[in-house]
Amino acid sequence: MNRAAPKKGENYELRADLNSEYREKRKDAIKRVIANMTVGKDVSGLFPDVLKNMQTEDIEQKKLVYLYLMNYAKTQPELVILAVNTFVRDTDDPNPLVRALAIRTMGCLRADKIIDYLADPLQKCLRDENPYVRKTAALCVAKLYEMKPELVIDNGFLEQLQDLVSDANPMVVANAVTALSDIHVAATSEPSTSGEPQPGVFNINTHILSKLLIALNECTEWGRVSILTALSRYKAQDDKESEHICERVVPQFQHANASVVLAAVKVIMIHMRHVHRPDLVKQLVRKMAPPLVTLLSAPPEVQWVALRNISLLLQKRPDILQNEMRVFFCKYNDPSYVKVEKLDIMIKLAGDNNVDSLLSELKEYASEVDVDFVRKSIKAIGQCAIKLDSSADRCVNVLLELIGTRVSYVVQEAVVVMKDIFRKYPSTYEGVIPTLCANLEELDEPEAKASLIWIIGEYANKIDNAAELLEVFVNTFVEESYAVQLQTLSAVVKLFLKKPDSAQGLVQKVLNTATKDCDSPDVRDRAYIYWRLLSTDPAAAKAVVLAHRPPITLPRTTVPPIVLEELIGDISSLASVYHKPAETFIGKGRLGADALQRKAAEQDDEVSAQKALQEIAAGQQAENLLDFDDVPADEDRPTGLAATSFTSTPAAANLISGKSTNPLDDLVSIFGGASMEVPQQPPRANGLGGLSSPIAADPFASLGGGASRTPGLGSGVTSPVPTQSRQQQPQEDLLGLF
Amino acid sequence: MASVVAILDLKGKPLIQRSYRDDVSPSNLERFLPLVLELEEEGNQVTPCFSSQGINFMHIRHNNVYLVAMSKRNTNAAEVIVFLHRLVQVLVEYFKELEEESIRDNFVIIYELLDEMMDFGYPQTTESKILQEYITQDAYKLTVAPTAPITVTNAVSWRSEGIRYRKNEVFLDVIESVNLLVNSNGAVVRSEILGSVKMKCYLSGMPELRLGLNDKAMFESTGRTPHGKAVEMEDVKFHQCVRLSRFESDRTISFIPPDGEFELMSYRLSTPVKPLIWVEAAVESHKGSRVEYMVKVKAQFKRRSTANNVEIYVPVSDDADTPKFRASTGSVQYAPDKSAFVWKIKQLGGGREFLMRAHFGLPSVKNAEDSERRPPITVKFEIPYFTVSGIQVRYLKIVEKSGYQALPWVRYITQHGDDYSLRTALEKGSAPIVPM
Repeated sequence: MNRAAPKKGENYELRADLNSEYREKRKDAIKRVIANMTVGKDVSGLFPDVLKNMQTEDIEQKKLVYLYLMNYAKTQPELVILAVNTFVRDTDDPNPLVRALAIRTMGCLRADKIIDYLADPLQKCLRDENPYVRKTAALCVAKLYEMKPELVIDNGFLEQLQDLVSDANPMVVANAVTALSDIHVAATSEPSTSGEPQPGVFNINTHILSKLLIALNECTEWGRVSILTALSRYKAQDDKESEHICERVVPQFQHANASVVLAAVKVIMIHMRHVHRPDLVKQLVRKMAPPLVTLLSAPPEVQWVALRNISLLLQKRPDILQNEMRVFFCKYNDPSYVKVEKLDIMIKLAGDNNVDSLLSELKEYASEVDVDFVRKSIKAIGQCAIKLDSSADRCVNVLLELIGTRVSYVVQEAVVVMKDIFRKYPSTYEGVIPTLCANLEELDEPEAKASLIWIIGEYANKIDNAAELLEVFVNTFVEESYAVQLQTLSAVVKLFLKKPDSAQGLVQKVLNTATKDCDSPDVRDRAYIYWRLLSTDPAAAKAVVLAHRPPITLPRTTVPPIVLEELIGDISSLASVYHKPAETFIGKGRLGADALQRKAAEQDDEVSAQKALQEIAAGQQAENLLDFDDVPADEDRPTGLAATSFTSTPAAANLISGKSTNPLDDLVSIFGGASMEVPQQPPRANGLGGLSSPIAADPFASLGGGASRTPGLGSGVTSPVPTQSRQQQPQEDLLGLF
Repeated sequence: MASVVAILDLKGKPLIQRSYRDDVSPSNLERFLPLVLELEEEGNQVTPCFSSQGINFMHIRHNNVYLVAMSKRNTNAAEVIVFLHRLVQVLVEYFKELEEESIRDNFVIIYELLDEMMDFGYPQTTESKILQEYITQDAYKLTVAPTAPITVTNAVSWRSEGIRYRKNEVFLDVIESVNLLVNSNGAVVRSEILGSVKMKCYLSGMPELRLGLNDKAMFESTGRTPHGKAVEMEDVKFHQCVRLSRFESDRTISFIPPDGEFELMSYRLSTPVKPLIWVEAAVESHKGSRVEYMVKVKAQFKRRSTANNVEIYVPVSDDADTPKFRASTGSVQYAPDKSAFVWKIKQLGGGREFLMRAHFGLPSVKNAEDSERRPPITVKFEIPYFTVSGIQVRYLKIVEKSGYQALPWVRYITQHGDDYSLRTALEKGSAPIVPM
């Protein structure tokens, strides 16, 4: 402490007031000290003076002093000791409010000196006659465990907490459960020296289970959340017990608190895995729907959390909200983060019976002002077309109407979407092509341009003036972005192969420009390869460039099954909200191969670890495929919609055959499939690696596509859009390891 | 679980903060607003939860402040977000208004509340009625220090013992809010009824209450036949005082009520609702000179009911000027701050129909940036003595061991929900939407 404190200034005055003989003046001074602390001024120098005011009958003043102590105890450890006596005395106060306050605050001081004095009063408070004190003391054990676990164990506090689970007061039970769960998480997440996972400190047995189920109906809302969370960890002895738990938890769906409802959903989803009576499963699913829908009347932030979870639930059980699509229609004043999630869910719920009302909604959204939302709505129309064959005609009609509005970004997005529809239904909508081509000049976004060029190339033989249209792009070739250049190149070659006589000059010109004047190695490389192919073996060129492409489908899940299973077990947590396993964002951890393997092995549904890894490998790719913002428009792949079979991904294959010995290698190749910067990956290492068969058919396209993603070369479109940078982090982390 | 809870102003500066756990330093709060801005700048959604460098930020916005919680673990996001909303609710009940000013003025009591409402990052007591019993703004007025907060840990944690009233009364308000969306072709796209039973309880002692509604599921479970119409509620939510397991087994709503005012239950019906108040607008726009509106309102409910304080908001473009109105009833005002004009009708009888015309001038030069905004028409109203779902209170039984007689009073009202909107009619002359 600074002994030579200045004789004036605010702190000097405060010090004088803190030592005043008048009670009111002292209290007022404490308030001013706290006010200064709140705005961030350093008032730690007043520590001894504030401390003198700790002993008081005035409970408000006591609270203020305690607050001050909590803030500065760490910086003044040797002075905190002076407060110990008062604290210990306060834990004996006749007023339970004071006893609880003292034990609560002592736990928050986090000064080594004081911890040693905490054990005795805590011992006392855990057995206090007043439940308010007991419930406060229960949490204090968790606080102590965080600072000095051995003290908790030596004093037998864990056993006392276990006893409190049987307490008569439901609030005490709830906090005992909370404390035990907190300690359990802390204990099991610590890296152990032996390599074995730490044994949990809170293992729920049938006896505790029955206590929890009783307390559940009586305690406060937050206590229920905590008890439900504990229940979700319980491993049922048999199917009967699972059924019993589900039946006891179902009434919680009627609770007014959204987090209680979600916690109950989580318990049911977990224990339903072992419920084999079809009627009961059906009943549970049926009962789950109305409360989920009601969550949409909550404040927008809560709605958002609910929507993210509903999205997961629908992937696991598509039947949950079958007839409820209308409730997900966007309100005009919904925040955009809510609207986007609703769109996602509407597509998931789209079926033949509701597609008409969905389309008319989507069309309505496409005329709103929020550009981003408009684009996503148009994308949704495309997804709808790809999901439901029977709706494709109507979707195309809506898209044509939208193109008719001539609003620039609407038209461009519609063109991009049309390309996917062409991909899914080849040669079905050729009548639309003239309308699309009519808008050629209005396109200024690379993705839209590239899409239209792809369409022209693909249907070159059906478009009379294809050469003319492409010539426009050939003439401006060097000014275009790389994605457009690559598309132009391929399209012209396709045109030449289909109509050799009309495009002879054009193909020569584009190959010349691409090889000589272009500064992108990808474009140059692709041009050279085309050139060589065309000049040596036109038949081979045809086989490669005009190869048949596999159809695309809309995947039902956006996360791989094994990850989905984990996320379902994490309903209402951050993991379920991000749609990412906890290890990927809780900082301490990098997702290691062995961790994945262990997790896979832990899964109840006896999925073999190998299969799991394969799925994760595939899933990582699927994930990229589905991040609409993320997927650059390159080659003739439909944006974000494509997901074909993942059969021959080398990473996965490696794992299955068990060829590689080093798990890290596996991981590199797993993630290599999804991220773009792994050198040893074959050229097809691009985000769209899921499309395995077109690779064989169109290797040059992939070559270009893959390489153009190297950082520094990426143009506006090809560089990954930073939207998902958060989500990509784990992958980058992993790559950083090597 | 939250490690830090804080209230920040719009510049991202903490107005007040409370650290509950050591694993996240409060200094991370400084990163919150820059991260939000960065997300916005990159054209991304600013979602209520996001993670950066191992720290998870969970936030809500209220007036001119952010409420932010931070955590390092894979925490229960739903719990934290709901808690932040509850914190707002409590602070509003304490200070009427929650904004920068009121936070600065009341920091002492907010610290106290934060200390009581959350411990070690876990929510504790968030019932403002209970909190107000022992955390008061005028602590100095109290001659005796507040003592044992029995209610906090009572098995009945929401009601204190020893409450006395000379006259024992209960007031029940059944309020139904209608949310509805009508498409521009006149079809009801979505409709729902959000009902709420609010109670004002002035009862002595520890009364046991039982509420009977004409709930279809209840009749089915008890095998009785209803006298009139029975209503099928799709989802019901209860105040924590209601015994949920009892409701689950035989649909009985039994409870010991908190004292004073509270929401006993809320329910939802998504049965199709005929728009009670129908509004139609025809727009004729002459680009660069003027725009005309013709608005028709029709009360589509029984003649014996009347809608009070009907307000119809018709959106107009921002640059419209020189408004002229003519209405066959009520008054019309231009509300440029809402980009709309408002037609107010004090009383609208069932079955009645009225017309209104509006005329605006438009600037001759159109702002190129101004794209076609088409917000829907929104309507506000309330219809007393009427529930659109037909729900009724059949009985309210009150039993207390002292055996007093108590009087229950019931009121019904139907009103607009937060989203009663009708999409604007298309411009005359443009193609109508083809029904698919």
